[in-house]
Amino acid sequence: MADSKDANVPVIDLHNISKIYGHGEAEVRAMDGVSLSIAKGEFVAIMGPSGSGKSTAMNMIGCLDRPTNGDYLFNGVHVGNLTKDQRAILRRNYLGFVFQGFNLLPRTSALDNVELPLIYKGVPAAERRAQALDALAKVGLKGREHHDPSELSGGQQQRAAIARALVGSPQVILADEPTGNLDTKLSLEIMELLKLLNERDHITIVMVTHEEDMATYAQRVIWMVDGRVERDGPPAEVFDHERHSA
Amino acid sequence: MIWETVRLAIQAIYRNALRSILTVLGVVIGVGAVIAMVTVGQGSSDQVTADVAKLGTNVLMVMPGAGQMGPGNNSVSAALDAKDVEALIDQLSSVRTAAPYNATSLNAVFGTEDTRTSVAGTDTRYLDVVDWPIVLGRGFLPTEESSGKAVCIIGETVRQELFGNTNPIGEKIRLKNVSCEIIGLFEAKGASSFGSDQDDIVLMPIKAFQRRVTGSTDITMIYVAAASNVSTDRTLVDIEALMRERRRISDGEEDDFNVRDMKQMASMLTGITDVLTGLLSAVAAVSLLVGGIGIMNIMLVSVTERTREIGIRLAIGATANQVLLQFLVEAIVLSMIGGIVGILLGLGLAAVASNVMAIPFSPDLAIVAIAFLFSAAVGVIFGYFPARRAARLDPIEALRHQ
Repeated sequence: MADSKDANVPVIDLHNISKIYGHGEAEVRAMDGVSLSIAKGEFVAIMGPSGSGKSTAMNMIGCLDRPTNGDYLFNGVHVGNLTKDQRAILRRNYLGFVFQGFNLLPRTSALDNVELPLIYKGVPAAERRAQALDALAKVGLKGREHHDPSELSGGQQQRAAIARALVGSPQVILADEPTGNLDTKLSLEIMELLKLLNERDHITIVMVTHEEDMATYAQRVIWMVDGRVERDGPPAEVFDHERHSA
Repeated sequence: MIWETVRLAIQAIYRNALRSILTVLGVVIGVGAVIAMVTVGQGSSDQVTADVAKLGTNVLMVMPGAGQMGPGNNSVSAALDAKDVEALIDQLSSVRTAAPYNATSLNAVFGTEDTRTSVAGTDTRYLDVVDWPIVLGRGFLPTEESSGKAVCIIGETVRQELFGNTNPIGEKIRLKNVSCEIIGLFEAKGASSFGSDQDDIVLMPIKAFQRRVTGSTDITMIYVAAASNVSTDRTLVDIEALMRERRRISDGEEDDFNVRDMKQMASMLTGITDVLTGLLSAVAAVSLLVGGIGIMNIMLVSVTERTREIGIRLAIGATANQVLLQFLVEAIVLSMIGGIVGILLGLGLAAVASNVMAIPFSPDLAIVAIAFLFSAAVGVIFGYFPARRAARLDPIEALRHQ
């Protein structure tokens, strides 16, 4: 559906996107004329203070939301024209999600959690199992497949969540504060894992974070303030500028 | 995909085992009650049929008066008489034997004891028709029948009331103003399926009854035993034809008498049982409805509680229909489990009740199948609304839900 033959077409392409909640006095512009494009294989961190619209941007990129104004092209396809179900199908085929709170299904084994996206894709059981085991092995959870999330540490839960994002062979993994609930050591491990997936498997990674340490793993930082993109560039450059202006 | 969904549903139900049990309790009780009612009802119907069969399926009754038996039948028509009885026996090969039978309710008095009982006038042929043995004493002698002597045969209940366990033969009881010598005691029969006590009876020769009790030569009923080699239906037709001829009813005119066989009595009685069963089952079905509402309630709670889970599912690519199907299947599986448990419970209860009530245990496969399908339908009907609510959730909102 959204496969582009042309390698030069950016996988994510936002044109003047606005997302407005409420009307009149109560109007909130969560995104206010955002334009940005992310090429295949990039590792991008979206940063900014709270309320800067980075989560809205993430939902927009993740095709969970639709823009009020502007165009979003995912692999050249207008997401704004897709129905709710079409967006769901797009998500299951091209996107993987990693959340701050892991969001694994409780009382469900790591293996079953990882198989979930494949069930919705309609992958046959045997193949599904093989792919899920493979994904769990990739994130270093071999031998923990049958544990419930409650029996896994935070780092292991996030690995399982990454395996779930990974299992459908997505083009893009969207990570919303993936290290927000983890201590520094585990955070760095998770970042190393994301970096590995980006470098070895050429998966495009878009990550929201408020920690500079984590953002330095990215090749590019997008700094948002008040629903607008204020800075966009390599981490060192963006942070340097922010420090000077602060 | 559907098997996968069923598997997921069973997983979800298992994850909330206690709540699932409480949820299906309503359906369990509803289905159980319907199954128990219907099964016990069927059992008592079968019991009635068996009782009637025991009474003799080859027995027919001829009564004056047109139309249906029962209350409201006030039509006046010519009574029967002794000649009718003789004509039935002599002229119809399909009739084995026949006996007149007049009955009324009277006080029977012995010493200081008295009891209200059914007093009937008949003759010795009646004992042949209903095949009722005398355990003590003897039956009517031909001379007693022709002379109309005041002798009587009593049932076990009358004996208990008036004589206790002592031998009543030779004693005299007073019926109205007739003093009547007891010559025989019937074997105890117990209650009939009509609900009346068959042993609460005093029989005397018809002539004595006519002369001393009613003061008329009318006969109010004739018992007929069909010949063993013909069907009762055939006998019934024969009797009707003969009686029409004897009562000079022209073609096209309605009968002014009616002939019933025990099969009709049975169907009337099972009809009553069926109505009762139907009513009770309807009440039970209401509890099934309440059970369904319980399922809807819990599914709605479940959707709210699992909002985040739904958000995750939607985010990783479940379509609205896939989520709808998941919750719908969950409700259906839940109510079908309730249905199965309810069926087993209902059959168990019915088996116990049948045992206690001494009626046959008659499970009806069709009813079991209907109950099962109905419980599935409850799942569909009451699961749809919560499932639709789940499917319509916005993934972003749902993920934000705590």
